[in-house]
Amino acid sequence: MNSAIVWMIIGMGIVTYLPRLLPFVLLGGVELPSFWQGVLKNVPYAVLGALIIPDVFFIQDDLSFGVIGFVAAVITAWLGANVMIVVLAAVAALSLYSLFV
Amino acid sequence: METTWAAGKMAPFRQGVQAGAAIAIGYMPIALAFGLLAKTTGLTFAETVLMSIVVFAGASQYISLSLLAAGTGVFEIVLTTFVLNIRHFLMSASLNEKAEPDALWKKALYAFGITDETFSVAAMKEGTINASYMFGLIAMAYGSWVVNSGIGYAAGSGLPESLQESMSIALYAMFIGLLVPALKKQRKIVWLAGLSALFNSIGTFALHLSKGWSIVLATLLSAIIVQWLTKEGGNGGE
Repeated sequence: MNSAIVWMIIGMGIVTYLPRLLPFVLLGGVELPSFWQGVLKNVPYAVLGALIIPDVFFIQDDLSFGVIGFVAAVITAWLGANVMIVVLAAVAALSLYSLFV
Repeated sequence: METTWAAGKMAPFRQGVQAGAAIAIGYMPIALAFGLLAKTTGLTFAETVLMSIVVFAGASQYISLSLLAAGTGVFEIVLTTFVLNIRHFLMSASLNEKAEPDALWKKALYAFGITDETFSVAAMKEGTINASYMFGLIAMAYGSWVVNSGIGYAAGSGLPESLQESMSIALYAMFIGLLVPALKKQRKIVWLAGLSALFNSIGTFALHLSKGWSIVLATLLSAIIVQWLTKEGGNGGE
């Protein structure tokens, strides 16, 4: 193995692990003010919004890929399907679409 | 989604494994492609698998390859990785709020496995999370990531192109599958997700922020604004 690459990997590993670890260490037994507890409870929903949009529309050069996959996922999720079904439905919709392009 | 699964008396580890199945599938095309790309970038098999084992963060692993190909220095690659992954700080801080009081070394162990995907699944789980659940969830995600990175390198190819394209929606569909049931329950969640989607779009297109900063700022801004607007109502929680 090339040692510069290995050092890079170790460096990347450290700077990736620290943000994952530190909150558990720093906030372990800390009771945050209720406002910030509320903010942290909001975070998952806000994260999901930002993880989905706008990136979902740019999964392929062909914009309609993202749009069709997005719509298929939203509809199946809206109908109450569990996550695995939503994933399979979106992939199936795009497989179907790519048959016709 | 966990309402049906969690309803049973399944052990937390198994529950985590089940919840992680969608992630394992979603990681497959990305990890295969990463392995392939690492090979064409000139990494050895060992370096490729080592990176997936040690870093376990898809986007930054991809970016490190393109930076390497562009001749960027190691320090700058590590710095870029740091910026891209600062968002995990926010995710861990949020998970910490719903984590059962496990020993710190267990939390430190599962903290390693927090990605956009494992976080989203764990955060949407009803009730609290404990180390056993997290270990099950992460075992699926991490296993898929590491193994498929290796397979992608060894096989020298990803999935057939049309399947690869179709499967690129998988993780987004998973995020949507996690978010939509919550959206239906509470208008506040529509605001949270909608505002941060809007802010992230502005950050990406108008302000040209890097992906890392854009997601962190959009999330924080949305979470704070909505909290501030709803705190008068009293029930800030579920």
